[in-house]
Amino acid sequence: MALRFMEGSEAIAEAAVLAGCKFYSAYPMAPSTGLLEQMSRKIPESGGVCINAETEMGGVNMALGAAATGFRAASGSTGQGVSLMQEAIGEAAMNETPLVIFNMARSQQDYFQATRGAGWGGGRPISVAPKDVAEAVELTQLIFHLTDKYRCAGILVGDNLLARTQVSVDLKPLDLPPLPPKDWAIDGSMNGTGKSRVLFSFGFGKHLTPGPGPTQHNINLAEKFALIERTEMRWEEEFTDDAEAVVVAFGTGGKFVEHVVREMREEGHKVGYFRPITLWPFAGDALNKATRRAKLVLVFEINSGQMIDDVRLHVDDHRSKVRAIGGVSFDESGLNLGPLMDAPVIRERIEQAMKTLQA
Amino acid sequence: MNVRVPINVIQTAKPPQQASKKVASFKPDLLQTEDHHLCPGCGEPVAVRLILETLQEMNLVKENICVLGHGCYGTFMSTMDIDCTLCLHGRAPANSTGIKRMRPEKLVWTLQGDGDMVSEGLAEILHAAARGEDITCFMLNNGVFGDTGGQMTAASVVGQRTKTSIEGRNPDYHGYPVPLANLLSTMQGVGYVARGSVHNAASIAQTKKMVHRAFERQLQKRGLGLVEILTMCPTGWFVPTNTGPEYMLESLGKTYPLGELKDEGGGN
Repeated sequence: MALRFMEGSEAIAEAAVLAGCKFYSAYPMAPSTGLLEQMSRKIPESGGVCINAETEMGGVNMALGAAATGFRAASGSTGQGVSLMQEAIGEAAMNETPLVIFNMARSQQDYFQATRGAGWGGGRPISVAPKDVAEAVELTQLIFHLTDKYRCAGILVGDNLLARTQVSVDLKPLDLPPLPPKDWAIDGSMNGTGKSRVLFSFGFGKHLTPGPGPTQHNINLAEKFALIERTEMRWEEEFTDDAEAVVVAFGTGGKFVEHVVREMREEGHKVGYFRPITLWPFAGDALNKATRRAKLVLVFEINSGQMIDDVRLHVDDHRSKVRAIGGVSFDESGLNLGPLMDAPVIRERIEQAMKTLQA
Repeated sequence: MNVRVPINVIQTAKPPQQASKKVASFKPDLLQTEDHHLCPGCGEPVAVRLILETLQEMNLVKENICVLGHGCYGTFMSTMDIDCTLCLHGRAPANSTGIKRMRPEKLVWTLQGDGDMVSEGLAEILHAAARGEDITCFMLNNGVFGDTGGQMTAASVVGQRTKTSIEGRNPDYHGYPVPLANLLSTMQGVGYVARGSVHNAASIAQTKKMVHRAFERQLQKRGLGLVEILTMCPTGWFVPTNTGPEYMLESLGKTYPLGELKDEGGGN
């Protein structure tokens, strides 16, 4: 255990290096700029390359090229910049190149972006949302592992609190199972042998080693994403066994809700919480089970209502149970989480909702 | 090591019993098949052949990686016996930047058209050039979006008839073409710029020398290299197949003169 004091961006950059990330290219944009600055120092120190790209499109496509050679590569931005990368995120899903994207979002407004394909085609990125810096260190390593395992795109969703909070961090390597060799990576070594490789989103393959073609390629990909959806969901829950109200929240919001719910439990309120760690795949069955006995399912998110769609999809009797207790809340700059992300405010909203149970 | 297939020689002293189906093989070894679905009169297969032959002659068969853009030439993704990726439209210089930075020992080259490089991908090629990336970019310039059926690109020349400039490209209405090769030749970070063509035997021979020199400059780490190759597209120009070369010289040839525009060879 070696604790070091650093801000979230630095910890995530170090975790990426720990995971073996050798390439990062991005365009600055608050609050993801700190991550680019940290990467520009730490990646070259570890023998990799960091490029301050001309645009988000340039940056993400450089990362896609680097990843095509078999090295771990990433790009990052803020929701607006990530939308400029969506063509490449869709491409990574469809041409099966592992690509990691860091989104240090402005509030929690990018849930749809992180979970609904994030690009063209039918693929979805595996999306993880750490509640704090310590978890971000773990999930950064996990997202590199999962995107390699499934040859797909992955997004780590954070916000300004995650990027800028200074905490003591223990940079421990995660114990992850070994992965198969990247025999698909293009390095020129198979040229002229009749077994050269091609990465293309339509699955044509080569003349001598034909691929499945566009239809079967897309069917194969759909099956792969269905497998991810069945197996890779991660979540955390507490006090859901006997909770009358279960609060659902993700990312930083999950950390605040966890604190509030524990505080209320100590005072005897029958309340629990459920926090999706992977936003996609969404732990829908687990959420349904965790909320079956509850009378209320309260969704706390700092946006106009995005994750609540997934909650409604999975909670039985959702019409009578599910209610939004979050909302839009920025600070004056529009870049950061607003006053709604505060424990007393969250507690008040939970208590108000629970009062309707007694009435 | 690949050995070049010797050209079959017809023995005139001893005539064959029956007509030979094929008198010579012009297929570069780095093509898995010479079949393609490009139109009659297309210049692109000739340009691709020059590149593949040069790679083999320079012993770079296993030392190269190709990044293709979106255009008719994309079909060679499946037939070139080369590790490659067909990347997003216009992004080949960015994609190959990532590849080259991770595999600096490899020769990395892009195959793009004027629509891909000058229209959709102008930012990527200019910034890759300014960064001095050691990659070689080939722009097959026919002044038209051939793959989508003959629309105007940013490189279509003034007066050129396309499906989206039906009375000819009018500068007052459509603006002017971007002379990308000339632009790149003024930039630091660029080691080699040349414009060749494939309209006749002499121009093909000349262009092959340019391809060779561009690859040499990459091996010497002189920065980005661009070889623009004027290629015939009679289908996209709506002219008879056999008039392609003539039409090209009259239209693109006048705006885009052939020759080397920059060579930072340093006496090699």
